[in-house]
Amino acid sequence: MSFINYSAREINCKIVYYGPGLCGKTTNLLYIYKKTNPDSKGKMISLATETERTLFFDFLPLSLGSIRGFKVRFHLYTVPGQVFYDASRKLILRGVDGVVFVGDSQVERMEANVESMENLRKNLQEQGFNPDTIPCVVQYNKRDLPNVVPVAEMDKALNARKAPIFEAVAMSGTGVFDTLKEVSKQVILELKKQA
Amino acid sequence: MADSGLVMHEEEFTLIDAELAKLHQQANAKLTFLVDKNGQLITSVGETKGVDTTSLASLTAGNIAATGGMAKLLGEKEFSILFHEGEKDNIHISLIGQRVILVVIFDQRSSLGLVRLRAKKTSDVLVKMFEDIFVKIEKERGVKHAVKSPFAEITEEDIEKLFG
Ligand SMILES: Nc1nc2c(ncn2[C@@H]2O[C@H](COP(=O)(O)OP(=O)(O)OP(=O)(O)O)[C@@H](O)[C@H]2O)c(=O)[nH]1
Ligand SMILES: [Mg+2]
Repeated sequence: MSFINYSAREINCKIVYYGPGLCGKTTNLLYIYKKTNPDSKGKMISLATETERTLFFDFLPLSLGSIRGFKVRFHLYTVPGQVFYDASRKLILRGVDGVVFVGDSQVERMEANVESMENLRKNLQEQGFNPDTIPCVVQYNKRDLPNVVPVAEMDKALNARKAPIFEAVAMSGTGVFDTLKEVSKQVILELKKQA
Repeated sequence: MADSGLVMHEEEFTLIDAELAKLHQQANAKLTFLVDKNGQLITSVGETKGVDTTSLASLTAGNIAATGGMAKLLGEKEFSILFHEGEKDNIHISLIGQRVILVVIFDQRSSLGLVRLRAKKTSDVLVKMFEDIFVKIEKERGVKHAVKSPFAEITEEDIEKLFG
């Protein structure tokens, strides 16, 4: 849920990275954190298990610059992908302005991808959002691995609404900023529509 | 959209800030702040130096969200007050209406009783203020272009520039 503060002349938007367990959501945020200059970022907070699985959320505040005199801030969150953390995922989706769905390109993760996408759509609906129109980008991650599903096939299984897609290798950063940029753009254009 | 986003204008902000400053002083607090339920810091008063208020805001909202989830499971509507006691500092968190969270951080210079009392008083005032803000937002949403938004004329170029 965007927060426009005319007094401080700033606007805050919330972007959530969603997807099955181990697909690379946290890795996306870590890369963004690493590559953003210190003035533009806050601390990254990770509420994770001992084995570095996301337990509640990761949080990274970014402040990239200004538009028309308003400072634009993005609050990036990841959800825990493991199936049994559904209650937490619902909480984190509250007030979301834009979603990045990170799919795991490995053949053996396709079922988990599909399940996670269905879960996302259901949870968005529950919160009163329209899953077909909310700002959204689909990222096909782990393209560096040998056993990946062709993009067209992933699209068919996961992207019925034809959201913009990016192939990515989050570990080395490929596609990470393209994804962020696209979802940010959609979020800001949505604000414009509502203006 | 589920809810409309929060929009705050200068006048409203000044009033809310003043109310918060009053609480801060009367409760003898270290740091007092308001967060929206989605984790965005609205405003803060007090010793913010060396404190990461952005992260605090996000974690506060996560905290309220998690206990809210627990409440539902137990058939409670919400736990409207949370209190965390530390060795030096304590945190008092309370819900203001449905969408805003009030946080008071205090040490031995104050007491839980005092903070609770003052927070309740402030909360009653702020509930009304935020209600008015949300009513106004809804109204403005109905009347297209009643007030000129800075985003009405954003171009793709503006957005490109953000990413340099
Ligand atoms: N080969 C390869 N490995 C990746 C890539 N992106 C992430 N990984 C690895 O996948 C594992 C899981 O990544 P995370 O980012 O923690 O996954 P997550 O989606 O946050 O998982 P949960 O927190 O459980 O939901 C880590 O070991 C990463 O290093 C990639 O593009 N290629
Ligand atoms: Mg994670």
